[in-house]
Amino acid sequence: MERGAFLFFGAATYFILLCATVIFGIIIVRGSATVFKTTPPFVNWTFLTHAPETLYVFDYEGRHYELGDKEFRQFKEERHAGDIPAESYAHSAGGIWPCIVGTAQLVIGSMAIALFIGICAAIYLNEYSRQGRAVHFIRLAILNLAGVPSIVFGLFGLGLFVHFMPMLDSFRSDAALSVPLGFHHWLNFRGWGVCLLSGWFTLAFMAVPVVITASEESLKAVPRGFREASLALGATKWQSIRTNVLPYALPGMLTSAILGIARVAGETAPIMFTAAYVMRDQQSGGGLFSSMFQGVMALPYHIYVVSSKIPQNQYTERVQYGAAFVFLLLVMGIAFASIFLRIKMRNRYRW
Amino acid sequence: MKPLESKAPTAAAPTSPEPDHACMINVENLDFYYGQSQALKNINLRVPAQKVTAFIGPSGCGKSTLLRCFNRMNDMVDIARIGNGRISVHGVDIHQEDVDVIALRRQVGMVFQKSNPFPKSIYENITYGLQIQGVNNRRILDEVVEKSLRAAALWDEVKDRLHASGMGLSGGQQQRLCIARAIAVEPSIILMDEPCSALDPIATSKVEELIQQLKGKYTIVIVTHNMQQAARISDFTAFFYMGELIEYDRTGRIFTSPACKQTEDYVTGRFG
Repeated sequence: MERGAFLFFGAATYFILLCATVIFGIIIVRGSATVFKTTPPFVNWTFLTHAPETLYVFDYEGRHYELGDKEFRQFKEERHAGDIPAESYAHSAGGIWPCIVGTAQLVIGSMAIALFIGICAAIYLNEYSRQGRAVHFIRLAILNLAGVPSIVFGLFGLGLFVHFMPMLDSFRSDAALSVPLGFHHWLNFRGWGVCLLSGWFTLAFMAVPVVITASEESLKAVPRGFREASLALGATKWQSIRTNVLPYALPGMLTSAILGIARVAGETAPIMFTAAYVMRDQQSGGGLFSSMFQGVMALPYHIYVVSSKIPQNQYTERVQYGAAFVFLLLVMGIAFASIFLRIKMRNRYRW
Repeated sequence: MKPLESKAPTAAAPTSPEPDHACMINVENLDFYYGQSQALKNINLRVPAQKVTAFIGPSGCGKSTLLRCFNRMNDMVDIARIGNGRISVHGVDIHQEDVDVIALRRQVGMVFQKSNPFPKSIYENITYGLQIQGVNNRRILDEVVEKSLRAAALWDEVKDRLHASGMGLSGGQQQRLCIARAIAVEPSIILMDEPCSALDPIATSKVEELIQQLKGKYTIVIVTHNMQQAARISDFTAFFYMGELIEYDRTGRIFTSPACKQTEDYVTGRFG
């Protein structure tokens, strides 16, 4: 009996390990086939630094060719061949550079917004508010927010940010609510459109519960004595928080929050309506402000598109695994960075 | 803060063992509640200036609660409230709406049960109280650090490592650092909430010595569980039991010929 229980629970545990190994194993093995190569420089820079292209597969004068869009055109021009019959596979050539950049942009922006809102809320809840009915409901709301399916956040973002948020225009919108500001300017509630800004806020709202919870934990870990001592020395509440609570809580706040955000960054549903493009040839440009109002490509959405939105074959597979592998590396990188940060910052204060 | 109002004591003993002596803190008919439960019942007590007053009594008798009323530390507790009565410090009713709590706390310093230096350098610990007031003049700060550390009998031990962390000191040194930190903002009253309960006998005797040195300049109120300590260092002793002030008198009298049976039982160790 005892032995049976031991085996049963053990088996359940090792089953998880097995699943993890299989998942990571397949992605790493098949992904590295795309990202690395056997000849110098051993890294497939094209995959990492180029935009996705359509792949053309054809036979020409007895030889087999697999060329990306640009190369194919060049090939035809050089040979003055008119129309070479070829099979085309979307997204299967080129690389995933715009997706990496887009994901980075999304993560950085949403992280900033989520940290700001989340830390402020945590300070309010943990330091200022009286523990009563109202706070109880706020906590309940935060808990519920954490449980909302990501697709609902996507729809929320679509409705609020993409379709409703106001834009400052120099024309009067007929289609949307329009508030005249004078001096030939109107606030048109026509939405921000599918763009970075909409994605940032959607992702940030998803991350906020994690950030609040993590930040509150860190605030609670700061001994009460520090607050009491500084208050007793004539500090105001904010002075005591600023000088004797936040500095010690911040490392914990940042690192756990970053971990939470790394998870959120992997979500596809919230950005597919709000920020992500299937295809975008150029990087968003025209300065920070302008690029905030442009959509981006993003790794999780790209993986979704190449795995389920286009016909599957051996050529799309290498992009799928390659993108998944790079994505995994990125998320792991963020996680390790936050752990490293925590160790480094924790050593600064001891009590 | 206004200077002390001179007015006659409202009640006879046990309110004040020394009616003629200048009174620093005057507690009148104080009722104090945590939510529904009453922690202090009709307390009347006058703390004399420049003396050491000890609060003794079994755990949960309300002595720490009363101490924390003196600098309004109970404001931090959501459910704490004063039901009735008043406390005046320097003659000012400190629980009025318009009282500047920050100024009050500068007047009434506090040392806690668990030594709690900030995880900063010794120097920064001492100067914290001044820096939040906006004092940044290096010369003034240097002076205050030396003066406070000397007053707390810690200068010789730490003068060579002022910029080392305060957390690196021994338990007794940490507690004296906390006292120095409290002195640095020049309060007139220092409240001590069982300052020696976590210290070994040698560290305790050093802190006790320090309290003796400080009492000429500061009014000290100390909560203690240690009756020998109260007997050794205090001029007046108040015995609390179940939220009530049972007896308040000169320390010598409390420990040799108390008026109440309960006090006698407690100080002789029969209960508590």
